[in-house]
Amino acid sequence: MKQHISQFRFWAIGLITVWLALFVFVPNLLVLITSFLTRDTVNTIALPVNVENYVRTLDLLYLQVLVDSLGMSLLAMIVCLLIGYPFAMCIVQLPKRWQPILLFLVILPFWTNSLVRTYALQFILGNKGLINNLLLSLGLIEKPLQLLYTKFAVVLGLSYILLPFMVLPLFSALEKVDVRLLHAAKDLGAGAFSRFWRITVPLTSPGIVAGCLMVLLPAMGMFYISDLLGGKNLLLGNVIKTQFLNTRDWPFGSALSVLLIVLLGFMLWLYFRAAKFVSRQGGINDSDF
Amino acid sequence: MIRTFRFGFLALILFFIYLPIGVLVVNSFNDSRYGTSWQGFTLKWYERLLANESLMTAATHSLTIAVVAATVATIIGTLGAVALYRYQFRGKAALSSMVFISMLTPDIVMAISLLIIFIAIGIELGFISLLLAHITFCLPFVIIAVYSRLRGFDVKMLEAARDLGASESRIFWKIILPLAVPAVASGWLLSFTLSLDDVIVSAFVTGPGYEILPLKVYSMVRVGVSPEVNAISTLLLVVSLVLVIISQLLLREER
Repeated sequence: MKQHISQFRFWAIGLITVWLALFVFVPNLLVLITSFLTRDTVNTIALPVNVENYVRTLDLLYLQVLVDSLGMSLLAMIVCLLIGYPFAMCIVQLPKRWQPILLFLVILPFWTNSLVRTYALQFILGNKGLINNLLLSLGLIEKPLQLLYTKFAVVLGLSYILLPFMVLPLFSALEKVDVRLLHAAKDLGAGAFSRFWRITVPLTSPGIVAGCLMVLLPAMGMFYISDLLGGKNLLLGNVIKTQFLNTRDWPFGSALSVLLIVLLGFMLWLYFRAAKFVSRQGGINDSDF
Repeated sequence: MIRTFRFGFLALILFFIYLPIGVLVVNSFNDSRYGTSWQGFTLKWYERLLANESLMTAATHSLTIAVVAATVATIIGTLGAVALYRYQFRGKAALSSMVFISMLTPDIVMAISLLIIFIAIGIELGFISLLLAHITFCLPFVIIAVYSRLRGFDVKMLEAARDLGASESRIFWKIILPLAVPAVASGWLLSFTLSLDDVIVSAFVTGPGYEILPLKVYSMVRVGVSPEVNAISTLLLVVSLVLVIISQLLLREER
């Protein structure tokens, strides 16, 4: 009997531990190590340990891409928040039996091919696309607007692909807001705006930050979006991809990824601080994250 | 008043979410090559697609990877979820934070880290590397799907079984698994669709000998609009939609 217990337990714990150690923990460690090594034409990487790669990330050229792609990602995050928050609020206010259906309609595209959906945006934004055709036939413009291959297109693409990630945490945060608080505030004479700003927003701030992170974390790496929609407007992911697959400068590519992780880690840290702050203030916790 | 406004807003956003998909699907049946205007209904792009051998091979490859990766991820993930739910062991906190990390890691970082480990331990880039990578990024989704199901269980039931002398593996096969089947199945389906959809990780760990569909589509759309791509994209969308709807129905039933 004892033998049996330990055997099942052994495999249940062992398999997942070994897998995650081998394909998540060790690889991430290797990225960190590689970022301090030197490029080598024969073995890809070679020994002299140095910080050269990190110095190179400060090069104006790469710094520009970093700033640009952070800017586009942050803009996409703001767009998602500005659309996602009212959207989630509208869903919460619907009758209970409608809520799952609407949520499902938002999440559905998330599970479909995002490359295909990005490509589909070309039909909308292109010079002969839907928007330009519409504006031309209405006589509002003389010649097609350049929408595709712009920063605007990248921001739109990122927001389009990542919107569901924003709506879900916002919905679960909004759902938990105690309506009685809002009623009490109303009875005490608070206006609609002040109820929203001083009750709903603070109570849902863990959801807001979680949603923002879910958009921001993957955004900078989504090289196919900038590839298909951005033209020359690159995301950090494009640079990393070029370093690994074309230039074959793994140490520098790794350094760029480490930089990305550090940047994102910093934002995660901000999130947990904000969540802690809120839970001290309002007595809710971030168990939904 | 507010109701109409609310309804209008929801409808508007959903309209924009589905518009590009709709245009793509319509264009896959459009006789015009560039899809700028409607030139009549045709199935010729689908016929051409079926005749395009390299696309068909890539599709078979993708389906193979998706089925195997989803199955392995579901087995390891389900066992892992049970381990996290039932057992106390050293390093449990580290394990769950590893799940958390692999869920939050941007795909691009996971992609390069996997490429580095595959080269470091000498795994040839191709079928095996793609498979291992896909299992890795599917795992956290399975674990979370199954784990959140297990959390809803009545613990007394499991305790009763143990008091009556059932072994751990018997408890798993006779109680946990039957009750968790909808979550396990939905974890499998979600892994399957994730695997079919991935571009970022696959782009890094793919090898010349084993071409998969998303990468093939990627290289085609980079060149520009092509009607065959519209057709294959429509098929991909349909496959994902059907699978997601099935998995949602499975989860709903059990609620």
